[in-house]
Amino acid sequence: MGERTKVAIIGSGNIGTDLMLKVLTSSPSLDMGVMVGIDPDSDGLRRAAQLGVATTSDGLAGLLAHPLWPEIGVVFDATSASAHLVHAAVLAEHPTVRVVDLTPAAVGPYVVPVANLAAHRGARNVNMVTCGGQATIPIVWAVSQVAEVYYAEIVASISSRSAGPGTRANIDEFTVTTARGLEVVGGASRGKAIIVLNPAEPPLIMRDTVYTLCDLAADPAAVTASIERVVAEVAEYVPGYRLVQAPVFERFEEAVRIPGYGAFAGLKATTFLEVEGAGHYLPRYAGNLDIMTSAGLRMGELLAAARLEEVRS
Amino acid sequence: MIEAADRKIIVNDVTLRDGMHALRHQYTVDQMVTIARKLDEAKVDLIEVSHGDGLNGNSFNYGFSAHTEPEYLTAVRAVLTHSRLAALLLPGIGTIEDLEMARELGVDTIRIATHCTEADISRQHIEAGRRLGMDVVGFLMMAHMIPTAQLVAQARLMESYGAHCVYVTDSAGALLMHETRERIGAFKEALGCQVGFHNHNNLSLGVANTIVAIEAGADRVDASLAGMGAGAGNCPLEALIAVCDRMGLRTDVALYPLMDAADQLVRPIQRRPVQTDGNALMLGFAGIYSSFLLHTERAAELHGVDPRDILMELGRRKMIGGQEDMIVDVALDLKKNGATA
Repeated sequence: MGERTKVAIIGSGNIGTDLMLKVLTSSPSLDMGVMVGIDPDSDGLRRAAQLGVATTSDGLAGLLAHPLWPEIGVVFDATSASAHLVHAAVLAEHPTVRVVDLTPAAVGPYVVPVANLAAHRGARNVNMVTCGGQATIPIVWAVSQVAEVYYAEIVASISSRSAGPGTRANIDEFTVTTARGLEVVGGASRGKAIIVLNPAEPPLIMRDTVYTLCDLAADPAAVTASIERVVAEVAEYVPGYRLVQAPVFERFEEAVRIPGYGAFAGLKATTFLEVEGAGHYLPRYAGNLDIMTSAGLRMGELLAAARLEEVRS
Repeated sequence: MIEAADRKIIVNDVTLRDGMHALRHQYTVDQMVTIARKLDEAKVDLIEVSHGDGLNGNSFNYGFSAHTEPEYLTAVRAVLTHSRLAALLLPGIGTIEDLEMARELGVDTIRIATHCTEADISRQHIEAGRRLGMDVVGFLMMAHMIPTAQLVAQARLMESYGAHCVYVTDSAGALLMHETRERIGAFKEALGCQVGFHNHNNLSLGVANTIVAIEAGADRVDASLAGMGAGAGNCPLEALIAVCDRMGLRTDVALYPLMDAADQLVRPIQRRPVQTDGNALMLGFAGIYSSFLLHTERAAELHGVDPRDILMELGRRKMIGGQEDMIVDVALDLKKNGATA
């Protein structure tokens, strides 16, 4: 223990900058190496320079040419899905580097703390799904620990101010990737995701509603207990993550007909969540940023530890 | 795109899309086909068919429809001889995959709807519609919530992405007549593309505001048979055509088939009367998204609170279209705080 790992962050937008602040202030094992952007005038690069972090505005090429590059053990990519496809191919040629992908590109396996982080500690490239996925997949996973989940649906409402240009230009990637995450990591047979950007001023705190339809024989008390346990676990790394209401249950003895999918008698659980951010880069309403970067940081720490073990052995 | 010859008003029926809300998305395929035949006979320009919340709207949050979208679209497409087929898509709910499905099934016009401040999330869908050779409409919802100048800036974005027409969409039925005139007039002045108007009858201004929009230069207008739509419904199509005829405004749409369809096909299948009653009036009064109505009435009954309190609180919290999940959240909060009906 005690050996620390230098990291690089590609992308100087909301997510990259928030992640940088978390690495600087709260990581027990990671140190900031290089902050990588493509716009020398971006607020993120300016902040990095002010904080004494090495920067480049030449993108990934700038990072590879940087004197600190040989020391970098983990690269976080907070750009866009299309950019990550290019970055991932280049980074794959550097076998000592581990990659945490915070875009919806999904080159590597989806990871969500609580559900499956440890399973992919040896991976070279992992994907953090989406902010909505990080907020809601733990709940679906919690239900699927006690009952078969036929269908899971989430509604993520975020403040318009916390959705950067990348998110806005590719809103489909959010819905598609989140829905797949509900299935692959959450354990639902079918997933669906909806996102709403709300422009209210003052900005609203991120809200997420999770609907699950599970086996009718499931015990609501057991489902509630599992959800509460998982919420407490997520709150360990995102303190502003909380249940707004106790889970609401509805029994469907007569089958719920889901067009194009099937008909299921089942127990529906509705979970109302609020995600208040830590206020590192954007103010506290931007819980969507916080849950993404906090989860990414955890994964980066895990990959760094696994990498050091590998290098030593 | 669709040309408007000699100032002919392009009429877009929404009975089979907005009307889905009023039926909790439960039209049978037969009902849709029968209604579509009459609309086609009347020579309505466009007939929109989708889940009330747009393609892929099927969900716990908005309600599951009785049939799949391909079933509805295929059946309606097969009976159209004059009218073009339209579909609605809300980015964040539907995706380009849904748009491609709709195109393959013969949808001519795709209408991309966003909240009035969020036009930039429509870019990939508007561009995709254009790429597929479709007539593409931008739909700026809850248009009462921001000042005209801001609305115009958002409309310019949609036009720049390639929209053939941009709508002032009064989702809450909250616009007053001078506000409608101002918005449509400003769109006409600022945009090179067509301008459209969609509203709800929550303040009983359905026909009046639509006429105001036409007078201010709107090229396309939405309406539905017997007003079949969310909240107090939309501008009633048969009444609109009657007024246009009287005023000498050219629609080229036949009145009698519409009257027949409204009376014989649509009113008999309404489960809850689509009218400006107290709860529906509250939508227009408080500026609430019209499709919240039935969800609110259900939550009020289930949790024993006054539906008007729920609607007022949703307005206070600045909830927008798509946030139906917050209705139960509000009802539970009101119940906790002891505000019972």
